[in-house]
Amino acid sequence: MSKGLIIVIVIALIFGFFGCSTYNGIVGKDANVGEKWAQVQTQYQRRADLVPNLVNTVKGAANFEKSTLTAVMEARSKATSVQLNADQLTPENVQKFQAAQDQLSGTLSRLLAVSENYPQLKATQNFSELQSQLEGTENRISVSRNDFNAAVKDYNVAVRTFPANIFAGIFGFSPKGFFEASQAAQNAPTVQF
Amino acid sequence: MNLSFVTYRIALPVRILLILLFAVFAIQTYGQDDVIPDKPNPQRLVNDYVGILKPDERARLEEKLRVYNDSTSTQIVILIVKSTEPYPIGDFSFQVGRKWGVGQKGQNNGLVLTWVPSTRKVFIATGYGLEGAITDAISKRIVSQIIAPHFKKEEWYAGLDEATTEIIQRARGEYKADASDDSDAGDGIIFFLIIFVIIIVIIWISRNRGGGGSNRNRGGGFFPVPFPTSTFSGWGSSSGNWGGGGGGGGSSFGGFGGGSFGGGGAGGDY
Repeated sequence: MSKGLIIVIVIALIFGFFGCSTYNGIVGKDANVGEKWAQVQTQYQRRADLVPNLVNTVKGAANFEKSTLTAVMEARSKATSVQLNADQLTPENVQKFQAAQDQLSGTLSRLLAVSENYPQLKATQNFSELQSQLEGTENRISVSRNDFNAAVKDYNVAVRTFPANIFAGIFGFSPKGFFEASQAAQNAPTVQF
Repeated sequence: MNLSFVTYRIALPVRILLILLFAVFAIQTYGQDDVIPDKPNPQRLVNDYVGILKPDERARLEEKLRVYNDSTSTQIVILIVKSTEPYPIGDFSFQVGRKWGVGQKGQNNGLVLTWVPSTRKVFIATGYGLEGAITDAISKRIVSQIIAPHFKKEEWYAGLDEATTEIIQRARGEYKADASDDSDAGDGIIFFLIIFVIIIVIIWISRNRGGGGSNRNRGGGFFPVPFPTSTFSGWGSSSGNWGGGGGGGGSSFGGFGGGSFGGGGAGGDY
């Protein structure tokens, strides 16, 4: 064996090992993103499950304006119709998902704002319990979204930075989308029909 | 002057490597927010960054919570801050809980009670493990029915004391203190160690085969590459127990355990 050949083999081996460990690293990060995504979906689902209860309680307790309630139900069905698997997390898809969920957030916070005008509704045990459940769910959504974003950032950095991006390209790992700080959550929601 | 000389001396691949390393560090440190306070040193359970509690009140609360931690491993942190901006008080509490690692790892039995006197807000954030014993509804009730009435009368200590008593009763029997300290060494290290050994063996073989040439036999031993045994300090020996730096007087708190938070809890204002 010539020296040159040995050097080539050693380099190829090092490269191979490096490739393997990068690949494994990215796979691990990818799995982590998927796991965090499942959390996000669970929490959003939990919120969606609360909505019918909330709407019924409101309907039963007060002569509530219909438009707000239908807006909430419409937003809910839209939000639950956008479901993403862990391997569909492209930036566009995540944005679509977020838009649908933010729509529901907007209508829900409008519902809660309007309910301030109905003291007899606010006094019911059922309503205040649902309200605190909703608050807790929103907190969990925000935590799971942050976790998801952190996982995606970790993954995206791994996929994009220099030596790893070559392997990521070879094995078909593409950057994933994450949640933006939502405009809808910050501004007062406006409902359009 | 000398500096340019030095950079010139460093070979190109090394320089590229250095730049890459720098890039990695730059990415990792980027985006770190310092709004969330660092873990207190020495670690303590009652953290009054406003200075609203009297020293003896603070000490009494600390003692109470420390004793509770010692017997049940459940960690309750009281955090009094000037502001939680830009985060909502809830988000702030979860982040502090995670950053400090309040509660035990795996059990996540930590709780952070955050109080912002300037905005008159209180929030109880429960770790994953306490969400069952102290549900959001109970957290809310503790804030609105125990803390708020006292705080309205400016009875700060009484409010915190009764609230923590209620929390302690609610969480009673959920967890026991035990001293299992399992630190799992990373599999990655073993993997790289194997690669390292393989590469060395390859080099060794190639050198033996390539033979001839210059004075190769410097180490004399099995490894041709100088391999001072003193640098290998043993992977398992570093104990996962920190807080050794703390110390301080008398009875001290052993340190946070690495618990995590998932958004449980509730708050209110007074």
